[in-house]
Amino acid sequence: MLVPVVLGGCQIPSFGAYRGSTTQGQTAFKLWQGFFIAGLVIGGIVGLLILWAVLRYRKKSDTIPPQTQYHRVIEIAYTVIPILIVAVLFAFTFVAENKVTAISEGEQVTVNVTAFQWGWEFQYPQYSGVKVIGIETQAPQMVVPAGETIRIFLRSNDVIHGFYVPQFNYSEYAQPGRTNQFDLNIVHTGVYRGQCTQFCGLYHSLMLFSVRAVTPSQFQSWTQQQSASNSASISALKKQAAKGDS
Amino acid sequence: MTDVIDPPIIGGGAGTLVHDDHAADAHAEHGPSGVLKWLTSTDHKVIGMSYMITSLVMFYLAGIMALIMRVQLWDPHGAIVSPQQFNELFTMHGSLMLYLFAGPFAFGGLANYIVPLQIGAPDMAFPRLNALSYWLYLTGSITMLLGFFVAGGAAAFGWVAYAPLSAAVNSPGAGPDVWLMALALTGFSAIFTGVNLCGTIFYLRAPGMTMFRMPIFTWNMLVTGILILIAFPVLTSAVIMLFCDRHFGTHIYDVIGCHTLIHPNVPAPQACGSPVLWQNLFWFFGHPEVYILALPYFGIVTEIFPVFSGKPVFGYKGMVFATMAIAALSTGVWAHHMFTTGTVLLPFFSLLSLAIAVPTGIKFFNWIGTMWRGQLRFTTPMVFSIGFLFAFLMGGVTGVMLAAPPIDFFVHDTYFVVAHFHQVLFGTAVFAGFAGLYYWYPKMFGRMLNEKLGHLHFWFTFVGFWLTFMPQYGVGLKGMPRRVAYYPSGLGWQIYNQLSTIGAFLIAFGFLLLLINLVRSWRNPVLAGDNPWDAQTLEWFTSSPPPHHNYTHLPPIRSERPTWDYNHPDALALRHGKVPVPAGSRSTNGSGPHNNGDGGAKEKVPV
Repeated sequence: MLVPVVLGGCQIPSFGAYRGSTTQGQTAFKLWQGFFIAGLVIGGIVGLLILWAVLRYRKKSDTIPPQTQYHRVIEIAYTVIPILIVAVLFAFTFVAENKVTAISEGEQVTVNVTAFQWGWEFQYPQYSGVKVIGIETQAPQMVVPAGETIRIFLRSNDVIHGFYVPQFNYSEYAQPGRTNQFDLNIVHTGVYRGQCTQFCGLYHSLMLFSVRAVTPSQFQSWTQQQSASNSASISALKKQAAKGDS
Repeated sequence: MTDVIDPPIIGGGAGTLVHDDHAADAHAEHGPSGVLKWLTSTDHKVIGMSYMITSLVMFYLAGIMALIMRVQLWDPHGAIVSPQQFNELFTMHGSLMLYLFAGPFAFGGLANYIVPLQIGAPDMAFPRLNALSYWLYLTGSITMLLGFFVAGGAAAFGWVAYAPLSAAVNSPGAGPDVWLMALALTGFSAIFTGVNLCGTIFYLRAPGMTMFRMPIFTWNMLVTGILILIAFPVLTSAVIMLFCDRHFGTHIYDVIGCHTLIHPNVPAPQACGSPVLWQNLFWFFGHPEVYILALPYFGIVTEIFPVFSGKPVFGYKGMVFATMAIAALSTGVWAHHMFTTGTVLLPFFSLLSLAIAVPTGIKFFNWIGTMWRGQLRFTTPMVFSIGFLFAFLMGGVTGVMLAAPPIDFFVHDTYFVVAHFHQVLFGTAVFAGFAGLYYWYPKMFGRMLNEKLGHLHFWFTFVGFWLTFMPQYGVGLKGMPRRVAYYPSGLGWQIYNQLSTIGAFLIAFGFLLLLINLVRSWRNPVLAGDNPWDAQTLEWFTSSPPPHHNYTHLPPIRSERPTWDYNHPDALALRHGKVPVPAGSRSTNGSGPHNNGDGGAKEKVPV
């Protein structure tokens, strides 16, 4: 099902943007292509008109040029045509936006993402004890299965941060006192770099993370491994605490 | 309506105001001179010049800050400044440019000086309030700069001061406090100027100067004044509330003491403050503010294109209604800065933001129409205005892209946005702003600026402009966030940043040439005369610089370009489809558009 979408995107250049490694990102990318082409055509026409006027009407004599001040037909044309263009652009935007922000009803893998100064915590509520945390010196990695729906619950412990994975063509604010949610459907396995985009204080520029998309079976074994190592470290901590008490 | 003041046309060339120099000097002698004049004057021209000088100082300071940042970003791990210093620098760069330069230069400086002249008024409506505006602005500017000298350094939360980063716990110290005070001071200053502009334009127009004969610059300043009255009180109160949060224990913008719940279906406790409230208030100011920073500059180029095309503004009325439409729409688009907060109705703000392209497009076509079939003279103001067209076109096209939420999601807070708004604001405040400076400088000081240096200034700025900001679109699309002191190496981002840095220094060199040009015009003055550009609007009818009360007499005002009508009665006939008088013939006492005592009525064409 995804094949025609991807191929359709391939025929037109990417104009500098990522083609999108999630289905949502691919929708956004196609809208970007449309807007870029529209911008190129309209901006190009206006730019050429300016250039023409500048090159063609350089002062050649002392005669006073015709003092035209109004031309009703042209004025109506350049009011109505842009309104129509805006209507078309908005229609495409509306459709794409609903696809990008849609929340699926079906099963998903849930990740609670918490941003803080200056790091990230990825917690998996469906797999007890699975949690990844990292700060600016050790960027954390969020491991998720490719080809499945991933539901992100996003919040912040302190100031506003931005959860941004460039190759997913998506970002959203992590805010204190509010939880945002969105879905990601990653198409291919791989590692994708991510970074905080919303300025959040001293070490904002070092607030990195990454997303590793793996196959569903690899994901299952990863969660078991994490769960085991986390409970091992917890029991080790408990032992230490018990020693300290005695 | 009182009678039009009949010009005593006694000899003199076209556009020469036959005012009595001695009378003007006698006027000036009544008041103090020298430093005391600058300190105590309520003359709109003196205040306007004070505004312009102060705001230009802010512009150069903020430019130097930009250069330091660009040097830091030459290398991914730049070590010129620390992250804390970098954060202070971009905060102050943005604050100085937006609050202390782009706005005050236009509505405090140029508008203050030019608007009363354009409508034939002796001064602003409230001269003392005008002086208060300036002194509040100066105090605010100094207060903001003092941030660098307090313990803990200047504010370092960006010019938008998002809550709760701007809360006392996240941004301790006096730096943020002086920043807030500076905003409150300059906010009140702007509000008073807004009142003054509206009052002046509504009540002090000369006989014959009907609303639809006002120059577009004056029209745009009226709309700007109204927008100031809508936007700035919101900012000033938001800032005061933030101050209360920081010092008096209110919790308007923070969630301290609230449970932050992980599930969206569980509502937050009632007593919580709201960080996103700051964004709503700030951008309800901030988006009209963008047009407060743009409309005056649209007005400037709309003065310049007709003059150097030898034609009237094409689609004058459409231009006025487009300005009003932009102003109206600008109050309903603030949340397009907040698409990624997940708290706003995306389609509504997307549609209104896209819709702004329509009136802006009308303006573009009107500017092109003004040049069409004209006789273009490429003076420095004209080339800067043409530079504005290209810069603003690029910024406008990328602005339309940003109005689409799915696109905004992935370029929000990246260098793509930095490139976009710098192209918009550089297009307006710099290209159009300095076009205005070159255009009106002869009127203000009675001397010309050097054209060669002016053109060189333009070309360095124009080339530097594209070199600085085009790579930023590219690196933003690759994912480089804004406001970063470091960026990862090995991602290919460095070359984009280096091109940007080179471009920034080209621009800086251009502005060095402007300084040289200004100094030269003082050392070796080339006198300008009253109307060196063969301009069209009223301010070019009086002497350069104008006398104390601006006019000793006025020409008849029967169209939106009285000075042109006065100098080109032949062209007036052309416009009305009459048989053209041979070009070059000048009005004399008899055939000129003399006063018929019908100030407000439709113009009569001499046959």
